[in-house]
Amino acid sequence: MAIVKTTYNRRSFLKTTALAGGGMMLGFSWLAGCQPASEEALEMPKEWFEINSFLKIGENGVVTILSPNPEFGQNVKTAMPMIVAEELDVDWKQVIVEQAPFNTDLYTRQFTGGSQGIRQGWQGLRMAGATARQLLREAAAQAWQAPVEEITTEAGVLYHKNSGKSAGYGEMASAAAGLPVPEEVQLKDVKDFRIIGQSRKNVDGLKIVTGQPLFGVDYRRDGMLIAMISHPPAFGMKLKSVDDSAARNMPGIKDIFTIKTYEEEYERNAFDTNTFPELVAIVGNTTWEVMNAKKALRIEWEPFSDYTETVNSWGGKQSVRIPAGLENTSGHIAKMAEMAAKPGNVLRKDGDPEAAFKNAAKVIERTYTAPFLAHNCMEPMNFFAHVTADKAELAGPLQAPEFIEQTLSARLGMPLEKIDIHMTRMGGGFGRRAYSHHMVEAAVISQKVNAPVKLLYTREDDMTFGIYRPAYHATYRAALDADNNLIAYQVKAGGIPESPLGRGAANRFPAGAVDNYLAEEWAIASNITIGAFRAPRSNFIGGAEQSFLDEVAEAAGKDPIEFRLDLLKRAQNNPVGENNDYDPARYAGVLELAREKSGWGQEQPNIHRGVAAYFCHNSYVAHVLDLTIEKGKPRIERACCAIDCGIVINPDAAANMAEGAIVDGIGNAFFGAMTFKEGVPEKNNFNNYRMIRIGEAPKAIDVHFVQNDIDPTGMGEPPFPPIFGAVANALYKVTGRRSYDQPFLGDKQVLG
Amino acid sequence: MANFTLSINGKKQQVDVDPSTPLLWVLRDHLNLVGAKYGCGVAQCGSCTVHLEGVAVRSCMLPISVVGNQSITTIEGLSEKGDHPVQKAWLEHDVAQCGYCQTGQIMNAAAFLKANPNPSDEEIEAAMSGNICRCGTYVRIKAVIKTAAAG
Ligand code: FES
Ligand code: FES
Repeated sequence: MAIVKTTYNRRSFLKTTALAGGGMMLGFSWLAGCQPASEEALEMPKEWFEINSFLKIGENGVVTILSPNPEFGQNVKTAMPMIVAEELDVDWKQVIVEQAPFNTDLYTRQFTGGSQGIRQGWQGLRMAGATARQLLREAAAQAWQAPVEEITTEAGVLYHKNSGKSAGYGEMASAAAGLPVPEEVQLKDVKDFRIIGQSRKNVDGLKIVTGQPLFGVDYRRDGMLIAMISHPPAFGMKLKSVDDSAARNMPGIKDIFTIKTYEEEYERNAFDTNTFPELVAIVGNTTWEVMNAKKALRIEWEPFSDYTETVNSWGGKQSVRIPAGLENTSGHIAKMAEMAAKPGNVLRKDGDPEAAFKNAAKVIERTYTAPFLAHNCMEPMNFFAHVTADKAELAGPLQAPEFIEQTLSARLGMPLEKIDIHMTRMGGGFGRRAYSHHMVEAAVISQKVNAPVKLLYTREDDMTFGIYRPAYHATYRAALDADNNLIAYQVKAGGIPESPLGRGAANRFPAGAVDNYLAEEWAIASNITIGAFRAPRSNFIGGAEQSFLDEVAEAAGKDPIEFRLDLLKRAQNNPVGENNDYDPARYAGVLELAREKSGWGQEQPNIHRGVAAYFCHNSYVAHVLDLTIEKGKPRIERACCAIDCGIVINPDAAANMAEGAIVDGIGNAFFGAMTFKEGVPEKNNFNNYRMIRIGEAPKAIDVHFVQNDIDPTGMGEPPFPPIFGAVANALYKVTGRRSYDQPFLGDKQVLG
Repeated sequence: MANFTLSINGKKQQVDVDPSTPLLWVLRDHLNLVGAKYGCGVAQCGSCTVHLEGVAVRSCMLPISVVGNQSITTIEGLSEKGDHPVQKAWLEHDVAQCGYCQTGQIMNAAAFLKANPNPSDEEIEAAMSGNICRCGTYVRIKAVIKTAAAG
């Protein structure tokens, strides 16, 4: 049985209070799970002690957790109460999760992204559940004058066997609130879990299938006006003049004006991406009226000159140059090829790659590219705002309220305590909603018209606003000796405007498994804005690397899984270099599981198989795709997926996430692309931006989890990157041609 | 502006709107029925699907002036307690991720199954191809339709 400390250096992760109407409230730190394993560890950061979540037990026995993490389909709203219910020992149906309002005084680190929700909440939620249970047992022991060791619990009821007494949690909650928090509590053994690991249905399922108002776009307030924006039609352009004479007098229109999202000289943070600093705002009574007036505006735009912005990012203050010009996709491709031919910035070097390549029996060199991608969340960007002289009320979909709240405070000149942000369920995020300029825009518009306003982007506004997944390019080289051993490996990768090898990707497999290794990067500045997109950077480099390894395995005359496993064995037994960012045994584990479950090696007629694996965001994933050709088009007959994300809280919901990532990956590998002509995004709605549809999704997906007792890690992103490699490798088996440039199909319909 | 009397979910409702207003915005802005969603506005994603005389239509491109007295059913009126066979099967398969596209998918599936109670896989794919799910819940959607058809 694991014992966890609820205090560290006399500071506590937990705090109890009595609820006004009876019952107890236990405040806890969402980040307590970050505590180091040993007492000798470095001094702990202050925020690990900040009470940022609450668990309430009402007199009726209902348990409520206030979750600081917004929901966008990852289903944490079901998984988190399961964790609390497990340790608290209640029927999980008695636990409900409420979305906590955003409040920096009470909650910190409210962020959905990086597949971190469950990973960071795990320890804190367990500790909170176990502590509350312990307090309830102590309260019962006092009330019944019995030793606390004799008090047992089951499904929300306290029992004392010897006296035959029992009481619901609700009955003891008020008394428990008055007791001191124990300094340490026992957590359950993994083998005793009864809720964690058993699939539970989405707690919001009924609301979703009956169309209840859950999303930002559904938000409504008496007297609320509708607002839309017009932004420049091209990157590299800015506003010149607006002629609103026709639009202004159209029915239902209240006002038309220009806004600046940020003040001049404002020092941006990493999430204040400012694609178009000046916009035209149209405000009116109803959506249709505003849409029509927006079309009737006559706006002149003009090219801007180079300018520099200060961005206060993780690496400290940086001066970022935004180049002038109207960019073209063809120009991007040529520039990337040019950069790839020059030496890059060295990120890691092991051994003597140059010499190894010189002495190689075989050298393989291949180049991979991928275009910009739009997130295309199903719910377009929108936000409700009501800004008055003394407060600002905001409601809508956003992933990272903590960053944007500071921005808003600076923009409105209003202190944080007067700003209240309500986080609605998000109709998709995929990274896009970590950039909440639309919230600031809504607030500025509301302030100007002095009324509650809901700002809505049209699909076209949303798709052409930037903040895309960057365009990428990677060149790989591999050297084989006369016995077909991989003796050297090089990757040189870059992108517009960032490299896909940043933040440690250069230390991932096969680094550590090859004696001579070199990773270099480069980047090209652009005025097209980019942002996090499901598994940033990995979403390209993972697929490119896995396609290349497939080709190297073939050149070495080895089975692609066997080839990878041999390298992983090397990394496990005799690793090269330091800082290798993966666990070779867990990496091999998913490959082995996928090999077994897919029936790898048992050839079937007309089934063409591709394999790929990757590690990112703390979890390991391997896919085997079975591809067939139907009516001249490739179709995935079956996707077999193996995942090691430690303990799985809610298996069916986790499988759903993986299915979604697989479908998303196949869609983007086949069709995903945003292209530009003279700065204009060439796609602006779903009639020209090709999205995967039901007839292109796999016919079947089976998801298998590695069973272990390791603390849970993320699920939202890791299954996504390797899909690109698996698709390319399976396509090769059909066509005999390798796919190097995404999208692999594009508008091409028929394969040879 | 013009007056329209609509028959929505079995009730008569009056609205005073521009005749070109798409049904989607009449539902969402004027009648506070927000189950039908805006996704594209150009009949490409299916988020806005409702039934017109029992047939699935894209409400984002359907001007209110052509609706007349045809009966409209929205997700809010598909069943009283969310217990339409398609909704039940939807919950059984726990389809939703973000949930945004789901009402449109359900409305499309419900109308399709009424017209074709025993569909093949290919027919399901053809009928549902106008509904985009950005979260990628397609495999489950297909399974739901088969469950609902069987039950
Ligand atoms: S909003 Fe009507 S089909 Fe997309
Ligand atoms: S569930 Fe998110 S778009 Fe379908």
